[in-house]
Amino acid sequence: MSETGGWPAGHPPSVPAPVPTERQPILELRSISKHFGAVQALSSVDFEVYPAEVVALVGDNGAGKSTLVKTMAGINIPDSGEIWFEGKHVAIHGPREPAALGISTVYQDLALCDNLDVVANLYLGREEIQPPVPLLSEERMEHRAREVLTSLDVKIPSVRNPVAALSGGQRQSVAVARSVMWKAKVVMLDEPTAALGVQQTKQVLELVLRLRNQGLGVILISHNLANVFEVADRIVVLRLGRRVGTFDRSKMSEEAVVAAITGAEFGKFQPQA
Amino acid sequence: MSVAAAPQVSLRETLLTPWRRIRSGDIGSLPVLAGLVLIWAVFDILNPNFLTPLNLTNLTVQITDIGLVSTGIVLVLLLGEIDLSVGSVYGLGSAVMAVLNVKMGISAVPAVIGGILTGTLIGLLHGFWFTRFRIPSFVVTLAGLLAWFGLQLRVLGETGTINIYDPNIDALAGKFFSPAFGWALAAVVVAILTVELFVRRRRRATAGLVQNVLVLELGGLVAVAAAIFVATGVLASDRGVPLALLILLGFIVTFDLITKRTRFGRHIYAVGGNAEAARRAGISVNGIRIAVFAIAGTMAAIGGILGASRLLAVNYSSGTGDILLDAIAAAVIGGTSLFGGRGTVWSALTGSLVIGSIGNGLALLSVSADIKYMITGAVLLAAVTIDGVARQGRQRAGL
Repeated sequence: MSETGGWPAGHPPSVPAPVPTERQPILELRSISKHFGAVQALSSVDFEVYPAEVVALVGDNGAGKSTLVKTMAGINIPDSGEIWFEGKHVAIHGPREPAALGISTVYQDLALCDNLDVVANLYLGREEIQPPVPLLSEERMEHRAREVLTSLDVKIPSVRNPVAALSGGQRQSVAVARSVMWKAKVVMLDEPTAALGVQQTKQVLELVLRLRNQGLGVILISHNLANVFEVADRIVVLRLGRRVGTFDRSKMSEEAVVAAITGAEFGKFQPQA
Repeated sequence: MSVAAAPQVSLRETLLTPWRRIRSGDIGSLPVLAGLVLIWAVFDILNPNFLTPLNLTNLTVQITDIGLVSTGIVLVLLLGEIDLSVGSVYGLGSAVMAVLNVKMGISAVPAVIGGILTGTLIGLLHGFWFTRFRIPSFVVTLAGLLAWFGLQLRVLGETGTINIYDPNIDALAGKFFSPAFGWALAAVVVAILTVELFVRRRRRATAGLVQNVLVLELGGLVAVAAAIFVATGVLASDRGVPLALLILLGFIVTFDLITKRTRFGRHIYAVGGNAEAARRAGISVNGIRIAVFAIAGTMAAIGGILGASRLLAVNYSSGTGDILLDAIAAAVIGGTSLFGGRGTVWSALTGSLVIGSIGNGLALLSVSADIKYMITGAVLLAAVTIDGVARQGRQRAGL
């Protein structure tokens, strides 16, 4: 099937989308379209992520990556198309519904409170108290926070230090840990390595692989193709609001991906309108 | 489960933690305590009457109204906001109380409650206006500063000054408990702190969490206990423990517990640290803001009532003058950041002690008001400079 192998999907196939293996996608978008005024941000885009998979979403600025991510996060409501989660058609009207399903997003700004410590950030908005007194259950929260960080092999000098005292990679790791510690099944990472140095980028990419190995579907949005090639099992390329290419790990080549991103022709791409 | 085998934080890590907090922009209470020791030493050298039980007892009563107002200001500063109306609310709250009690003949308790609720309602209104119309809080409360002062003049009416004779209201700032009561209370507080330390250590051990170094924790406990007993001894050798001081300490301990150990308090820090992150985490940012402004209004009115009790009168100038600026300066001098999210309620006490000591000490030296204002201004500038430098360090670190 042309869904893999570096060739364009061309016009989106009719429902159901072809599945490259026997597995069922954990999250599947079918024929999603969205326009803002006169701008068609997404045109009949299909997208799917499987359990225990890292799928990279790449494309130039304005390709529709952000719109697609916001659709999955429930921030944008698509004009048409369907969203399926674990084989069931789901209705998403706002950000609460994806969160309840187990779809979480780590945005580029991380949304951490610098003045609070790591435990407080992991539990932000979900603090546990110890009935009957309405006081915070610090020991329980700290214990669980350590468990989560250990399971993800995130090394933090002290979980009682304010987040402001952490390095960029550690902050990114804390934000990721928070997104997955509440029964997440799909996690979207928006440019997780954009502001990081070499060593910290490596830490974060290792964390991405650990999430995959724990069975999560990881959607990685990145401009950095070197990072993408390092960890992605599949690459989905968007250009001008259409899905123009899907590459399996075995068949990825940087030239082909770049060609798909830029629309540079080498023979078989359908020209965009 | 083996308690003895519980891991312990290394000594190096323990000693580094305060440094990390300062580096992250949280200057804590060490600078202000050091400053307080310095100020007391200087004044005692200049006038040996300064560090006497009589004068220190006077000092504790003098700072209670500023301390109470400042407690509310700390919470507002933790949000990264400001409340400029607290002086006028101080005046209006005490005026309402005085009119209810003296002119309308209502007994002390309902009159005091009426004055306090006036502050609460005003704070709710400020918070609502600020969140609903998204006007900067300093403008909303600046309007409040003017409007509530006008209402205070109207409430007081033509006589202008209302003298308070009710013994129950006078007792708020005038009552002293016997030394025996003071010692018993100090012993109970130290016992509670000791039990709390060991219960916390036991729970951390049960949860398998790292422990702080026991000797250091015990050292801290001993230092706090010593401070409590010395203070009790000083007060006991004069008139006893002032009720006003216990009221101030009661509010500070309560709000310290609320800010550090409840969800509401955690959310105050979260909103002050990163309001957008708090909103995305599902915290009702506007609800927190309205509640905190209501608390600030309440505390301002309570401060006004204590002030009225100390002066035995309410007049046109109640709440004007230094009250507002002293209360804000006290919070900042005590180590609460103007930039939100960093500080503790205790800074209301330490900062008020600094400002009160300067005023009291200079009065003992018969120094005129010009010098007092300049010195207070310099101390405030020093405090905000430390705050600003800590913040720059944080930004330089790319945070």
